[in-house]
Amino acid sequence: MAATIEDTATTTSTAARAEGPRRRSGIGPLLLTTLTWIVAVGFFFPVLWMVLTAFKTEAAAYTDPPTLVFTPTLEQFRAVFDAGIGPYLANSLFATVVSTLLVLVLATPAAFAVSLRPVEKTQDVLFFFISTKMLPVVAAIVPIYVVVNEIGALDNIWTLIVLYTAMNLPIAVWMMRSFFLEVPKELLEAASIDGASLGRTLREVVLPIISPGIFATALICVIFAWNEFFFAVNLTAANAGTVPVFLVGFISSEGLYWARLSAAATLAALPVVLAGWFAQNKLVQGLSFGAVK
Amino acid sequence: MTTTLERPAAPPPASPNTTSSRSARTEGWVRRAPLLPALVFTIVVTQIPFLLTLWYSLQSWNLVRPGSQHFVWFQNYVAVFADSQFRTVALNTIVMTLGSVLIAVVLGLLLALLLDRHFIGRGVVRTLLVTPFLITPVAAALLWKTTLLDPTYGLINFVLGGQTFDWVSQFPLASVMAALVWQWTPFMMLLLLAGLQSMPGDQVEAARVDGAGAWSIFVELTLPHLRRFLELGIVLGAIYLVNTFDAVYMITQGGPGTASANLPFYIYQRAFLGFDIGQSAAMGVVVVILTIIVATFALRLVFRSFGAAGGES
Repeated sequence: MAATIEDTATTTSTAARAEGPRRRSGIGPLLLTTLTWIVAVGFFFPVLWMVLTAFKTEAAAYTDPPTLVFTPTLEQFRAVFDAGIGPYLANSLFATVVSTLLVLVLATPAAFAVSLRPVEKTQDVLFFFISTKMLPVVAAIVPIYVVVNEIGALDNIWTLIVLYTAMNLPIAVWMMRSFFLEVPKELLEAASIDGASLGRTLREVVLPIISPGIFATALICVIFAWNEFFFAVNLTAANAGTVPVFLVGFISSEGLYWARLSAAATLAALPVVLAGWFAQNKLVQGLSFGAVK
Repeated sequence: MTTTLERPAAPPPASPNTTSSRSARTEGWVRRAPLLPALVFTIVVTQIPFLLTLWYSLQSWNLVRPGSQHFVWFQNYVAVFADSQFRTVALNTIVMTLGSVLIAVVLGLLLALLLDRHFIGRGVVRTLLVTPFLITPVAAALLWKTTLLDPTYGLINFVLGGQTFDWVSQFPLASVMAALVWQWTPFMMLLLLAGLQSMPGDQVEAARVDGAGAWSIFVELTLPHLRRFLELGIVLGAIYLVNTFDAVYMITQGGPGTASANLPFYIYQRAFLGFDIGQSAAMGVVVVILTIIVATFALRLVFRSFGAAGGES
């Protein structure tokens, strides 16, 4: 599809160039491209600024006009690790990886059941999964806090893991369902005619086709779990706190610590930005529950 | 889809009737089994808290006064609706959600149109534009509060000619929304770009041959085609943004007063700073009811979109 659009674009521009009177369109695209680049860099600039500031000294971070040329230093990153971001990073990593694995373990068979071997009321089940994403988390936080407190699981990383798994499961089921539906029926039929068992069909026919989809789903779950803040700030403290909880420390200290703050923010954002760059083609599919490919 | 798949799974015709009906029932459970763990997990973790919220909302219960818990029927709801701050905050939530979503959709549409062309570095530009959406919201909010909106050293004031306007205290709600719009515009762009690229090229080509100008092609062909994607963007954006907490917490703490507080933040304050379990639960229920109204509409839209996107449903 993209190819056809690009084809038409090139043919029209060559056609326009060939015509004498519409020479304007020769400079038009160039202007548009320049504009696009300016806008893109503008949108990206706060991120770039964060990364640049992370490599400054505090003195260089507070200048008017802002400093663009400076000698980069790792001082701030060292300071952030000295301030103890390490355990928070480890907690984030653990909660993200374990919850994502749990989501995959639960969602893959579920998605299989609602796509390739639909049972009765499949539609209702799908409806239920998606509806849990639409109920505001804030309405559940009070009982969650009370229950978690009662069973002595406050400030415990497994509490977050359970909640993150529940948070991402509906998205994963929907996303994976859309990948399962892309498996050609003919292949499945052929496998069953050849007498392959269900397990073998799944392993040797379905899995290779949907593994990019599983990977994309995992990346989406990683992004959401890593960035989650509401549960983390209300249910964890020094023991099980994740990176976003660590960042909260910077709003209470109103002092001049922008360079250090930027270093911490860079560390917090980096894993997800990388995951997201890889998954950018699938981001919309994940967030729209598979509605848009 | 369903029929072709069921055929090979049907019980073998040779087997006697009784076994076949029993094996059909077993077959049903075999088919359902892979679904059950996920379903049970989701029900336990997401539905029980909501039932408890309903139960708590009918009680007077403050964590600071142990033993104060007792049943009060709908008193909490009466208190919630009599609370003028709750009304302010509800209004803020609507302004914040709809305002951010609509601005992000318009900006996202403009960006998608810019990107729906063949030009040098398109992939790089898209990657740059996607990035704000990926930045951890707490980190993004910190950036906006400090390096961007700070009155003295903030980049925004520098770009605007070195003034020292205090955005966060003068326009707290708008400051929060700026961060939200910055983060959500890329999502809208990706969604609408997917919409633009699913547009049949020959239609546009035909219109162009007929001598239609760029504007009339946009209004008469592109916009109607994008309608579904625009609706989806608005609905999904609203679902995610109505839960905004990070940006409010980090940039303004809801202040000054309740000027920039939204419902999630206000409920958080009531529950975790005021320890008023009953009232915060009642507010939670009100939010759920409001959300259900929006979500019914949203679900229908997602299902319709999904059906149209080529899946079976």
